[in-house]
Amino acid sequence: MKRIYMDHAATTQVDQEVMEVMLPYFTTYYGNASSFHSYGREAHDAMEDARKKVAELIGAESDEIIFTAGGTEADNIAIKGVAYKKEKGTIITSSIEHPAVLETCRALEREGFNVTYLPVDRFGMVQPPDVESAKKDETIIISIMHANNEIGTVQPIKEIAKIASENGIPFHADAVQSAGKVSIDVKRMNIDLLSLSSHKIYGPKGVGALYIKKGVKINPIIHGGGHERGLRSSTENIPGIVGFGKACELAKKRMDTDVPYLIKLRDKLINNTLDKIEESYLNGHSTKRLPNNAHFRFTAIEGESLIMSLDDKGIAASTGSACSSKKLEPSHVLMAIGLNEVEAHGSLRLTLGRENTDEELEYVLEALPEVVERLREISPLWKKDLEIEKWRKEMEKR
Amino acid sequence: MYSEKVIELFRNPRNMGEIENRDGVGTVGNPICGDLMTIYIKVDGDRLKDVKFKTFGCAAAIATSSMITELAKGKTIEEALQITRDDVAEELDGLPPIKMHCSNLAADGLHAAIEDYKRKKE
Repeated sequence: MKRIYMDHAATTQVDQEVMEVMLPYFTTYYGNASSFHSYGREAHDAMEDARKKVAELIGAESDEIIFTAGGTEADNIAIKGVAYKKEKGTIITSSIEHPAVLETCRALEREGFNVTYLPVDRFGMVQPPDVESAKKDETIIISIMHANNEIGTVQPIKEIAKIASENGIPFHADAVQSAGKVSIDVKRMNIDLLSLSSHKIYGPKGVGALYIKKGVKINPIIHGGGHERGLRSSTENIPGIVGFGKACELAKKRMDTDVPYLIKLRDKLINNTLDKIEESYLNGHSTKRLPNNAHFRFTAIEGESLIMSLDDKGIAASTGSACSSKKLEPSHVLMAIGLNEVEAHGSLRLTLGRENTDEELEYVLEALPEVVERLREISPLWKKDLEIEKWRKEMEKR
Repeated sequence: MYSEKVIELFRNPRNMGEIENRDGVGTVGNPICGDLMTIYIKVDGDRLKDVKFKTFGCAAAIATSSMITELAKGKTIEEALQITRDDVAEELDGLPPIKMHCSNLAADGLHAAIEDYKRKKE
């Protein structure tokens, strides 16, 4: 059976060019970048070349980039780093952040910091005036994601960063989903800290980066040999870093062609799905969304059985349903945009990549309505009044 | 994650649908949690002549629903009341631990349908 990968927000395949530049760094150039001999210098030079490429993708200087083991680690270093430097105070973030940010904030709450979780509108958008009114003298950092990993909403981070900068508050953005898909210029956008991940942009897993604007002070959370300016000790993952550098270079070079292509596919996917399938809805914003993100909900069906049925047809997708999550709770993002639990269970995320073709899209547009129809035939909720309040009362009784 | 049997019954559920002139119907679960099952029964004498289901939920919920209809069909009411959640899980070669509580509701659904039948008969 042919397989179609439409889960690029989860991860991407490593680009052939990326893999090729990585390979020599496993065997030929295997030195430790901290060593003084020629092996060490080769590794060090390759790392610095990669650092420059990462910096160029976001308009930063090379010496403002530290390599990490991924986006989650970058988020942790940024937020905890600032918090520990300031020792106390309030963090402002949104209610729809990735767990890498949300759980970091919750951990800091347990350590005595205060956190304000800003609401979002029904499209998943943080309102800059809410940031303005939430900021206080004791605010130590504002962390708002550039684009949401589930529903793809792109946040007005330039406006939010301006508010932060005018008030002398460091601004952090998790750009793991947006990098390479939405242009980022940290200088023009007044960003102080920005998290990146390699494996979302056709680079290898296990490597990411944190941009730290010159002058922004953070405490390390990982201690050791003083690598990465003392902010992230641990022998650098040179093959990963080299691959990440190449992935950033390719992302920058290909953005002009990739982005319009993805938008064309995405819009065809969205419009045709909404047309073909009764009681189907788009989650997120109609225009301020990632070029590769389509996020739907379908009345009366459950997401795990939906993605399993699609998997049977060779289509890889994802859902915000509780049934597919480790915690058995519906997506916090879908709840935050005002959906009820049943609507959240019926959600489907399809995220496109540069290797997806129009032919694949046609296949998905054939398969998806069939799958939805089959599950609705099985469902006792289809064409019935949901009576959500009745079920909510039932829940309370338990 | 799922056994072959669960996947097979999820793909090709048996006895799916409603029974028009049913003698009992039982609904269990809560769509807020992600699972809702309705079991329909048709009784002939003291035997379950027909058992059908409709289910909103994950693959495990659909497979357990399908399995209960097969286990119960042809049984006497007393025999059907003996079928437990564990019997259903066992017949499916097991369920992931996380699904044992939330999605393994089919036996409860069957019992609720029988209760409904008994109530109506009184």
